[in-house]
Amino acid sequence: MIPLILRRIAQSLPTLFLVVTGSFFLIRLAPGGPFDLERPLPPAAMENLRRVYGLDQPLIVQFGRYLLSLLRGDLGPSFTFRDLTVTDLFARGLPVSVTLGSLALLLALALGLALGSLAALNRGAAADRLVGLAASLGLAVPNFVTAPLLQIVFGLGLAWLPVGGWADGNPKNLVLPVLTLALPHAAGIARLTRASLAEVLIQPHIRTQRAMGLPRTRIARHALRGALLPVVATLGPLAAALMTGSVVVETIFGLPGIGRYFVEGALNRDYTLVMGTVILVAVMVIVFNLIADLIAAALDPRVRLSA
Amino acid sequence: MSAALARRLARDRSALVALASLVLIALACLVGPLLTGHPPERIYPDFVRVAPSLAAHPRPDEVRPALTRLAFRMRLTLEDVALERDRVRLTLTAQKPIDERSFRLLSRSGLFGEPAVLERSADGRRLLVEAPLRKLTFVLGTDALGRDLLTRCLAAGQVSLLIGLTAALAALLIGVVYGAVSGMAGGTVDALMMRFLDILYALPFVFLVIMLLVFFRAGLWLVLVAVAAVEWLDMARIVRTQTLSLKGHDFVRAASALGAGTGTILARHIVPNTLGPIVAAATLLVPRVILLESFLSFLGLGVQEPDTSWGVLIAEGARALESAPWMLAAPAGFLVITLMALNRLGDGLGEALDPRL
Repeated sequence: MIPLILRRIAQSLPTLFLVVTGSFFLIRLAPGGPFDLERPLPPAAMENLRRVYGLDQPLIVQFGRYLLSLLRGDLGPSFTFRDLTVTDLFARGLPVSVTLGSLALLLALALGLALGSLAALNRGAAADRLVGLAASLGLAVPNFVTAPLLQIVFGLGLAWLPVGGWADGNPKNLVLPVLTLALPHAAGIARLTRASLAEVLIQPHIRTQRAMGLPRTRIARHALRGALLPVVATLGPLAAALMTGSVVVETIFGLPGIGRYFVEGALNRDYTLVMGTVILVAVMVIVFNLIADLIAAALDPRVRLSA
Repeated sequence: MSAALARRLARDRSALVALASLVLIALACLVGPLLTGHPPERIYPDFVRVAPSLAAHPRPDEVRPALTRLAFRMRLTLEDVALERDRVRLTLTAQKPIDERSFRLLSRSGLFGEPAVLERSADGRRLLVEAPLRKLTFVLGTDALGRDLLTRCLAAGQVSLLIGLTAALAALLIGVVYGAVSGMAGGTVDALMMRFLDILYALPFVFLVIMLLVFFRAGLWLVLVAVAAVEWLDMARIVRTQTLSLKGHDFVRAASALGAGTGTILARHIVPNTLGPIVAAATLLVPRVILLESFLSFLGLGVQEPDTSWGVLIAEGARALESAPWMLAAPAGFLVITLMALNRLGDGLGEALDPRL
């Protein structure tokens, strides 16, 4: 298993290099710079700033320097958040995003698996159709519609929960953002579970178990194990997307996560912050895909952990 | 698409409902803005954030404030207003003789028809004017500037649907060519092309799109290109799998034995036979594209004023949620119904194509 993990990490290095190179040169090609203000700085000050941040060097030298500092694990100083490094910013924002993301992932899994199994076990019945309708609604309503709706119903109308803010991770403040993040994914998982469980349920080994008179819950448990594989396969990208924060949710609920850094950084030409976010997301995608593959292998011995 | 497929689809009642609602929405977006009675850009400053209603405006209680504002702009004093069922009579006074050209403001406000002077005092400083009342209906209300929301939603729908269809079509073309070539070539070329696809899958593409849009001035066409560039990957995979399985069939081998070149085989035999699954996948691609576009527009990176899309309207609505909830509900309703119908239709096509069911 460990050589496999090492091999997968080695294989992902070219992808990572491509991401770093591509985004580095794309962002430098863009018009504008991080020190463009409404009122332009005096040329001497601008020159000093550029020298301090190494922007006066040829682009290829800057790229080399950036790669070297990356190897040391240094993502560089942020251009817009003065006195803070990109690592500092991540250290502040990542706990927020990971808390929200992991709770949303758990909720989406619990809801999706439960509803999907319910629908598959009662194919064609009212419960199945109800779950199907709810799932297609969940997939079609974008989170920038869900979020304000939840705010106005539970925040302003019923006044049960705060409309926004982080408040040091107060559970009450987490409910609405987690719901917003989880609902569309719960719908997706429910649909996937229903389809794959329905397919497993008509297979011979399940029919045999039924003929043997095993209780329905036991059969469902057997079937679910096989039906989980397609769900697990989607978990990698899903987990990565949830853990790296959501611009929409963080903006609407006013949360200090890392989802906002990318768009803000790009708008402000904060080169290092944009690069750092892209690298972080790429690493997360690689890591979570690997974890999902390992879980799939644990669930089903037929899945070879191939390269 | 074969007749058998059409028959199977015709038995799927919910897919038919989805198809019908899509046709309805598309038609409404196409011709609707001409029929609502309001041009999409028309601003009624007197009717800002009017709630949805079938009743006509201006209501009796809205006439006097509107006239007071108009009289102020015409630099006249409004002495008296007599409101009848479909017309108003105004008595206007001023320090100097009244210039009737300023009455253009009355009809230009959109609330009144052409005014007619009934009586004029000898010094010309006091006028009795009659103007017919116009009847304006805002079925879905108006937005923060006083524009008819129904017209705006339909005009926005044109843009959203256009982007959805065009970008999906572009993604389809790229994906089909890439997948068919990869599957047909086989061997090392196939392995290399698939490895490249794997690398692309791992790239945070939405980030690339956002970067492109932020750096190079978002425009409708850039959004289209950017979205298409993200969404062709799945299509390439599907087509490759299909091509691989078709390649071994006798009719392909026969064509090859008859001396048909690879290009001919691809164009005449392989691609037409993959069309079914491709159409189903493309139908599911359209809602994803529309959703991505509205997400970008919500962030302010997508479609820009004066163009508008459902995402732009939803963003405006989310900001005005407390004072005018219909500004969110109306465009969100259009978007959600369209997405649900497209998803259902795509699923229906997929099921009709699946021989096992």
